Amino acid sequence: MRIAVCVKYVPDASGHRTFGPDDTVDRVGVDGMLSELDEYAVEEALRIRDDLGGEVVIVTTGPEQARAAILKSLQMGADAGVHVLDDAIHGSDAVGTSYVLARALERQGADLVICGMASTDGSMGVVPAMLAERLRLPQVTLASEVTVDGSTVRIRRDGDAATEVVEARLPLLLSVTDQCNEPRYPSFKAIMAAKKKPVEVLTLADLGITADEVGLDSAWTRVVSHQERPPRSAGTIVTDDDGDGARQLVDFLAGQKFI
Amino acid sequence: MSEVLVLVDHVDGAVRRTTAELLTLARRLGEPSAVFVGSGADAAQGSLRSYGAEKIYVLDAPELRDYLVVPKVEALAALMDASSPAAVLLVSGGEGKEIAGRLAIRTGSGLITDAVDVRVGDAGPVTTQSVFAGSVTVTAEVTHGVPVISVKPNSVTPEPMDGAAVVEPVSVSVSDLAKTARIVERRPRESTGRPELTEAAIVVAGGRGTGGDFGPVEAFADALGAAVGASRAAVDSGWYPHAYQVGQTGKTVSPQLYVATGISGAIQHRAGMQTSKTIVAVNKDPEAPIFDLVDFGVVGDLHSVLAEATQQVNARKG
Ligand SMILES: Cc1cc2nc3c(=O)[nH]c(=O)nc-3n(C[C@H](O)[C@H](O)[C@H](O)COP(=O)(O)OP(=O)(O)OC[C@H]3O[C@@H](n4cnc5c(N)ncnc54)[C@H](O)[C@@H]3O)c2cc1C
Ligand SMILES: Nc1ncnc2c1ncn2[C@@H]1O[C@H](COP(=O)(O)O)[C@@H](O)[C@H]1O
Repeated sequence: MRIAVCVKYVPDASGHRTFGPDDTVDRVGVDGMLSELDEYAVEEALRIRDDLGGEVVIVTTGPEQARAAILKSLQMGADAGVHVLDDAIHGSDAVGTSYVLARALERQGADLVICGMASTDGSMGVVPAMLAERLRLPQVTLASEVTVDGSTVRIRRDGDAATEVVEARLPLLLSVTDQCNEPRYPSFKAIMAAKKKPVEVLTLADLGITADEVGLDSAWTRVVSHQERPPRSAGTIVTDDDGDGARQLVDFLAGQKFI
Repeated sequence: MSEVLVLVDHVDGAVRRTTAELLTLARRLGEPSAVFVGSGADAAQGSLRSYGAEKIYVLDAPELRDYLVVPKVEALAALMDASSPAAVLLVSGGEGKEIAGRLAIRTGSGLITDAVDVRVGDAGPVTTQSVFAGSVTVTAEVTHGVPVISVKPNSVTPEPMDGAAVVEPVSVSVSDLAKTARIVERRPRESTGRPELTEAAIVVAGGRGTGGDFGPVEAFADALGAAVGASRAAVDSGWYPHAYQVGQTGKTVSPQLYVATGISGAIQHRAGMQTSKTIVAVNKDPEAPIFDLVDFGVVGDLHSVLAEATQQVNARKG
């Protein structure tokens, strides 16, 4: 089984995330990492490979630093990486990103493409569905549990109104939630081994994409403005030492007409 | 005036409040046309009319229920083709966003997800989004194709206004591609009798600090007529079902009042509740980061505070 996993390099959520002067997310000037939610996608791929044999290749598009996301995935145990790196990609929206990824994935001949449920910075959760649309693959997304049985994949999907069991046949596109598994920590040995694993760097030209098809200027959406929200003004904090906390709480709620 | 397509969010014809919100926003942009997919359209008609739907497109066929996402995308794409709408509005939930994403690709349209407001601009709709766990507000617009916009629940107060609500049945054709991911089993979530988490005006949530007993949280929620939410720590411990998790990988809520009890306020939790209008916390640790967000906080043991507060609320309601 050949499995491709799409992972994203994102600014660290615990740091100060910001926008650059051109209204795009600053992925260069702040500390970044493999999106935590993509660790579940990598882990699921490794489990399936370890069960059924095959190969796991990591695919990302992002700036130079995004290589760190590939490296982390290789340390977890993936076999190879593909990094689509091209200045012209900067500022692409989900439509553009999915276009680049789809072209990169077409070359992989994967039986299974696995994505995370959403990126922790943009958190749109739309790239997987867009990829399935572009690649004309069955979409089996937001899986909280995955079983592979021969060429049939079955997932549990916890929807808004119901839990559904969804079934499809390979090749297909899967996305997994953080309920799916527990991502492994790389061992020292795995960290050393990752250094020798191949990472292919591709440009847009390698994928047959011209610069005017992607990037900020050809995005189908435009950020008009962004504003840091003023921090919430400090609230009233009372201590329940004297056992009067509940009354004060209820007074507050009544004052706000919640009762 | 152009039509604005609104994908109706419903369970067997019981229309969710989110749809009334979308219809209210759609009226700012043009004439709202509700797109009703599935069975129960008769039951839905009244509520769609009372929030201003001029047309109701009804699509009902078994294939729409048996396969994931794509049949709805194809139905919407066909309607977009036929009606050249000014915009398409959907609810920002797992499925709504996936439909929106595929629809954007299929119809060559720009997509904006998780809008908290939509207004008319010079060149079409202008949206407001709240990003990075609510710390930054972004306004954006679509520059290509028909704007496809998913809107977060509770972003706007539904305003009633009668529409013509002319029903137009639409014939359904589902492609082979749409039939590749089949739903083989469906277990509807059991109703708790409490308001729906994402729609509720008040949410009372419990975390690790409950120690596993959600009784006091539920009792306080019931006194206030609130929905119950949980942190991931509580869900991972098996204390409350995942469907009630609030946060980055759970539900995003934006109620009038959010009460966090025994929840520290980790960034991933904040991502799901930070846009709540009023925030209250009960936590025994005065240093807990949740207190940075609150309008009112009680430093104390949630068990005693909630029990006493529940009693007082019930007493005041008489
Ligand atoms: C990829 C990823 C996704 C995540 N997604 C989510 C998500 O969607 N939602 C989410 O909530 N978290 C999420 N998390 C987890 C998040 O980082 C925190 O671990 C989690 O929110 C902590 O839950 P908690 O506040 O209940 O527990 P803790 O952080 O352990 O806090 C418990 C609090 O209870 C207080 N307390 C203890 N006893 C009492 C008492 N008797 N009375 C009053 N107060 C008491 C303590 O002082 C403490 O502040 C995610 C993490 C990751 C890595
Ligand atoms: N730049 C990217 N490179 C590789 N994969 C990505 C990228 N952006 C998004 N993805 C994949 O799409 C998923 C959802 O991302 P998003 O739609 O941005 O929330 C992620 O979990 C990744 O699997």
